[in-house]
Amino acid sequence: MPPDHPRTTAAHTPPPASGAIPAQERDASTISTLRRLLPFVRPARTRILLGATSALLASLCALAIPRVLETIVDGPLARGVANHDTRGLLVGALVVLAFGLLETAFIAARRRLILAPSTEVEKSMRMRLFTHLQDLEVGFHDRWSGGQLLSRSMSDLGLLRRWIAFGVVMLVVDAVTLTVGTVLLLTTNVWLGLVYLCGAIPVTVLAFRFSRRFRSVARLSQDQAGDLATTVEESVHGIRVLKAFGRGRDAMAGFTQRATTLRETEIRKARILSTLQGSFTAIPDVTLGVALVLGVWLVAQGELGVGALAAFFATTAVLAAPVIDLGMLLSMTLNARTALERYLEVLDTPVAVTDPEHPVPLTDVRGELELRGVRFRFGDADTDVLDGVDLVVPAGRRTALVGLTGSGKSTLAMLVPRLYDVTGGQVLLDGVDVRDVTRADLRTVVSVAFEDSTLFSATVRENVLLGAPAGAHDGPAGDAALAQALDVAQAGFVHDLPDGVETTIGEEGLSLSGGQRQRLALARAIAARPRVLVLDDPLSALDVETEAAIQARLDTELAGITTLVVAHRPSTVALADQVAVLEDGRITAVGTHSELLATHASYRHLISTLDAEQQDDDARHTEPAGVVRGTGPERHGDDDGTAAAASDTSTSTTSEGAR
Amino acid sequence: MSATATEDHVDLDRAQHLEARGRSRALLGSLLRPHKARLTLGAALVIVSTAGQVAGPALVAIAIDRALPALVDGDRTPILTIGTLYVLLAIVAGVTYAAYVRTAARISQAVLLDLRRRVFAQTQRLSLEFHERYTSGRVISRQTSDLEALRELLDSGLTGIVSGVLLMLFTGISLFALDWQTGLVLFVAVVPAAMLTRWYQKRSARYYRGTRTTSARLIVSFVETMTGMRAVQAFRREKANEKAYGDLAEEYRQANTRAFLLNGTFDPGLVLIGNVTLTVALLVGGLRVLDGSVEVGVLLAALLYTKRFFGPVHQLGVFYNAFQSASAALEKISGLLAEETTVAPPAHPVPLPSPRGELRFDGVEFAYVPGRPVLPRTDLTIPAGQTVALVGATGAGKSTLAKLVTRFYDVSTGRLTIDGVDVREADPTDLRRAVVMVTQEAYLFSGTVRENILIGRPDASFEDVEAAARAVGAHEFVTAMPDGYDTDVNKRGGRVSAGQRQLLSFARAFLADPAVLVLDEATSSLDIPGERLVQHGLRTLLADRTAIIIAHRLSTVADADRVLVMEHGRVVEDGTPAELIAGDGHYASLHRAWRDSLV
Repeated sequence: MPPDHPRTTAAHTPPPASGAIPAQERDASTISTLRRLLPFVRPARTRILLGATSALLASLCALAIPRVLETIVDGPLARGVANHDTRGLLVGALVVLAFGLLETAFIAARRRLILAPSTEVEKSMRMRLFTHLQDLEVGFHDRWSGGQLLSRSMSDLGLLRRWIAFGVVMLVVDAVTLTVGTVLLLTTNVWLGLVYLCGAIPVTVLAFRFSRRFRSVARLSQDQAGDLATTVEESVHGIRVLKAFGRGRDAMAGFTQRATTLRETEIRKARILSTLQGSFTAIPDVTLGVALVLGVWLVAQGELGVGALAAFFATTAVLAAPVIDLGMLLSMTLNARTALERYLEVLDTPVAVTDPEHPVPLTDVRGELELRGVRFRFGDADTDVLDGVDLVVPAGRRTALVGLTGSGKSTLAMLVPRLYDVTGGQVLLDGVDVRDVTRADLRTVVSVAFEDSTLFSATVRENVLLGAPAGAHDGPAGDAALAQALDVAQAGFVHDLPDGVETTIGEEGLSLSGGQRQRLALARAIAARPRVLVLDDPLSALDVETEAAIQARLDTELAGITTLVVAHRPSTVALADQVAVLEDGRITAVGTHSELLATHASYRHLISTLDAEQQDDDARHTEPAGVVRGTGPERHGDDDGTAAAASDTSTSTTSEGAR
Repeated sequence: MSATATEDHVDLDRAQHLEARGRSRALLGSLLRPHKARLTLGAALVIVSTAGQVAGPALVAIAIDRALPALVDGDRTPILTIGTLYVLLAIVAGVTYAAYVRTAARISQAVLLDLRRRVFAQTQRLSLEFHERYTSGRVISRQTSDLEALRELLDSGLTGIVSGVLLMLFTGISLFALDWQTGLVLFVAVVPAAMLTRWYQKRSARYYRGTRTTSARLIVSFVETMTGMRAVQAFRREKANEKAYGDLAEEYRQANTRAFLLNGTFDPGLVLIGNVTLTVALLVGGLRVLDGSVEVGVLLAALLYTKRFFGPVHQLGVFYNAFQSASAALEKISGLLAEETTVAPPAHPVPLPSPRGELRFDGVEFAYVPGRPVLPRTDLTIPAGQTVALVGATGAGKSTLAKLVTRFYDVSTGRLTIDGVDVREADPTDLRRAVVMVTQEAYLFSGTVRENILIGRPDASFEDVEAAARAVGAHEFVTAMPDGYDTDVNKRGGRVSAGQRQLLSFARAFLADPAVLVLDEATSSLDIPGERLVQHGLRTLLADRTAIIIAHRLSTVADADRVLVMEHGRVVEDGTPAELIAGDGHYASLHRAWRDSLV
């Protein structure tokens, strides 16, 4: 966003995901690229073919009219004033009318036949993209900007629709019309026909040169438009930051710079196009000028009738539109190709987090979670974020995960519901690798509350019951689940909203405060009735009293639910039966809060808000008391596993002991 | 009623319709006005080009009726002259047409750039209240798909239609000049064509408004799903989203189908009129040939002209498509542009050259929704340089107070002054420099770490950026990233945690160096060592400036000069931390609870 470091488009274009486009396909011809549309078009192919046939028939009717004209000019009209063959003229005119009506009918038929299929194809492609995007793992969405995806789903597909409805049909029809027309011209008179055909040579050469140059500029412009969409999106989502720092003007400068780049590209595109269109206007007329001289000369020599000359010019008048359209159709086709490439880039990206071929059913989940030698590395990074994490989260117990900002706690939390997949080791749920169960099953069992609590533009009720089990969405069951979840999360404020739980909260919950959103996200995680609950620093934006109230409720509500909670604060840690410390990508200690506080220096550094001197003071002050707020039995270290772990905290990896 | 209020309606009443139309026309006028010279040039070019193209059939007629007999008599000059003229005119037409296309592209791209910038600037100017009401998806769709519709019109439709209409006009004139009796046929044919166009125009305006509305809804749904992908997947909303999105996509498809179907009636209708006209012209012209009043060449030219007259007709259809879609888009864009910001810039801005940062609330009241005050009457003075902590339950009005100071919102009644200047009167740029707010949502823009920190003060040197990062304790993790300060936050190892994001946004504030700093839960995601570091930084940062700190963690509050406890929008306790702790009020109990929670 800051304007002083313009990013080049190349650097900003989203990385084609690994294996997205095989190299040989990238250089594929326009035809073979566009062939990939076939599967989408298949359901509509009958109607499209019928439509193309209608279009063809319409062209033939239009081409027939000049022939009728020829017979009129050489027949009734040639017989001159003396004969006054009005009847012949009338018959001829009626035949012209008949062809004219037929042409109209076929054009209308084409429109009607192709219209619905083209919009259906567009919709099915749009849905395929959407489905695939929802299937793609979170990592993909980290890499791709929203604007680039949006421009693919809207403008690229719109382009393809227009091409299917109009471009491809007219391209074929125009080609056939031109061929048939040229043959007709040749039969009218070989020499005149040949002159006209000579014009086709520069037209073809130009068209080929044009497509080469136009294609790269078209791609550039579509990508730049996507970049611009990203800039727009960020300026809207980041509006608070821009306003808080009064950076509207700088955002404007950055935007202007990108919009200007796009303008330059568009002008370049227009320049290439204008050469083509200018040539396509001039070349047919130049050949017609030559043909006129030749034709008149032939008539003067008595080798050609005036009627035939008239028919020749009338035919070229019919052919004028296809020739001029050709330039437009060509650019449309190239644009469509680029649009399709951009679309397929996303669609061809394989889903990295997939369902197994033979999923293990999840029944009677106890909820024991184990991380065994878990490694994780972001696709494009050089180092592992998690470097062999071993940790057991006992079934029905609460484990807090503590570590420095950026140590990978949130990443670790995301591995459980498979929002990311491990790059080494295993995450086991009741001894089953989470990759061996379906994502839907796993995510039914595991529920998450994120720190950045995304809410959707829907009612409070819909947001909270988002992941609720089937049957608990509406009716009394839904009401009960909603009331309970809101109650636990201390989200009673929703009843003060204009329509209570039926209030539509703004997109992303923007009209709520951070703390309110967090409470709704927590309520949502609880309403899902999971066996395993992952809470990523869920109470960070709450005040102490609300936090205490929620914790008191969670203590009873979470009884029996395996909970992994990412914590920054002692107060959050207090929720847990055991605490694991994540340092340098490994678990370096597991134990109860007070044990770790006593034995683990870096834990003290991590979790105590007090300065060093005070800490010593406090340690002396609080340790005899043992437990500060005895909300449960868990802090007594009466669990064998934890006790064993606690005694082992001085060694670096304790999960062995914990197991 | 605001200008965007009716934008989701497909059926507008007459007044609304006229208003929307008038608004978008005025907008179009103001966009085109600066390009008068270029527009004139474009018009001249297209006129020359069209004249060149139209000359053809007339030359054919002269060749057959005049040059042919001459050639039979052995005189070659007429036919050669006509042939040369034909070729020359063709070349002139081609060259001028190419020049016209380029000129038109320059104009339309300039107009688009202008409009893009206006819309962007407007969305930046509009208040947060507007953004929260209008939703980001719609702001985005105005700036993407609506502008795209306009671009399509300018790109392809406009050049075609101008030359097309001119071609029709010139053709008609030439036909009249050649043989006015046959020309009359064309003249009569224009009547049904005009009626058909009128009918189409009326209906299509409505249909295309429908497609713009549904496309905006589709975009909103798409953007929201992509933005919230984590939650979508974690809560298995894929199927439900697919259904909701599918419904919208179907609605959009039907809206499109309706619009195109209408077009599919209009277009063949014009072809029909054209073909009937051709037949009548053939009959009338033929009879006149038989009468001996015109020659065969003239008849041929008349027929060629008639054919040409209706040739651009299908372009008219293409154009009308683009035009309707674009004018519907323009109506929405003009609505957004006409939207008044509720936080209006002052008519006579008072500069704040060297703000000290004294804040005074004078009988301030605030309500998001009229009649539901969030802040009932507040009187409060914060002397320059004081660090004030706001404490209270979530929803007590702390953030609202902060948003008034930063002028994200304006007070409903009363006044809020900085150094005695009403914030509504203060120069907006000066105010933004004087008052900076760091929020909980630490948004990062795509770009490098350094660029993100530079948002605080774009002209800062690299040393300043680094110093700011050091001060808030962000330097260490930044330098550990693959490219240090030049790491792209969306790329290679550039992923930053929520806490790190907050540190970066702190660095921004540090760099901005404002007179008044507002921290709204700005440290909530920091871990304790991080918060300790920030706090050390804060001590220097806050030393000589006014600060309003909203924090649930009382550790941040301990350093404050003064604590305000808020409840239901009212300040219920006011004093130094020590005083309040010693008392038995709300803060004292909060503090005890917090002390207890520490270990």
